[in-house]
Amino acid sequence: MARKKRGAAEVNAGSMADIAFLLLIFFLVTTTIASDKGLALRLPPKPDPNEPPPEVKFNERNLFKVLLNSQDLMLVEGEPMDDVGMLKEKVKDFVLNYGNNPDLSESPTDAVVSFKTDRGTGYEKFITVYDELKGAYYEIYAAELGITPELVRNINDAEPSVQARYDELRKEIPMQISIAEPSKAGGGN
Amino acid sequence: MSKFKKKTSASQDIPTSALPDIIFMLLFFFMVTTVLRETDLLVLQRIPQAEQLSKIEKKSLVSYIYIGKPKEIERYGSEPKIQVNDVLIEPEGIVQFVNQEKDKLSEAERDQITMAMKVDREAKMGIVSDVQQELRNANALKVLYTTTPEANVQL
Repeated sequence: MARKKRGAAEVNAGSMADIAFLLLIFFLVTTTIASDKGLALRLPPKPDPNEPPPEVKFNERNLFKVLLNSQDLMLVEGEPMDDVGMLKEKVKDFVLNYGNNPDLSESPTDAVVSFKTDRGTGYEKFITVYDELKGAYYEIYAAELGITPELVRNINDAEPSVQARYDELRKEIPMQISIAEPSKAGGGN
Repeated sequence: MSKFKKKTSASQDIPTSALPDIIFMLLFFFMVTTVLRETDLLVLQRIPQAEQLSKIEKKSLVSYIYIGKPKEIERYGSEPKIQVNDVLIEPEGIVQFVNQEKDKLSEAERDQITMAMKVDREAKMGIVSDVQQELRNANALKVLYTTTPEANVQL
């Protein structure tokens, strides 16, 4: 009775992995992962027609004006500017002036960045400039908190102590970027 | 001698039958997490790039508005158009669209609705601001300009 010892009966499943891989790669290639990221903006509420518009007492020095015309040319505080990269530093100087320079803002709470475009301004240029304006504020926050700007933008993932400090900071230095209604000078559509 | 030989008779194969299961798990994970595109885009979409991106916290609150040049120029003209769901609309239709979208949400969430604007980089600000004015009329004040992250990250 010298019977050969048989191994357990096995189905060769090696190629099954290959098939599954093919399916997986097919899905990876065909689906686009929805990218829900972007520049957030809060529109001002619609003015109440029954109430007169609130009177705005405004000091000229607290307004940082950025204009984009229909040729995508930029005017910052009355001076033409070609390089968008310089905008960040200018905004930072303006916001964190604390009344030192009589041409710049009195305090961060009073500082307002006004951004006006034309109807003919290209959307891409608008996004580039708006990106810089937001970036300037985020860099201010990052410097105050001692973290990187990337962390500031994803502050929800940070620890609560940082979050609390950030909320305070946003009251001290509010991000006031006002987007004015576009002018119609350049035509456009 | 025979004592040693017996030991080597054990099978040398590594059992691989669990491998397909693992891959299938990966596959199902991807199938569940990715969303297939629901709307057919009638307009061109080359999304501009930006750096200062923020995430959307709740995806269920987001509705999309697409703006761009129509793909079928013979039919719709070459001027940038607004698309919601599967149709091209005029700016006047935005209010109705927003109200439709708001009806899908629960009462408490209605003010939280976020309109994600996917705008082609060649569109002009005129049409974008027209849409924004309509959004103000419709009381949908949270707007997100959808952008893609910049390819070259500046350090």
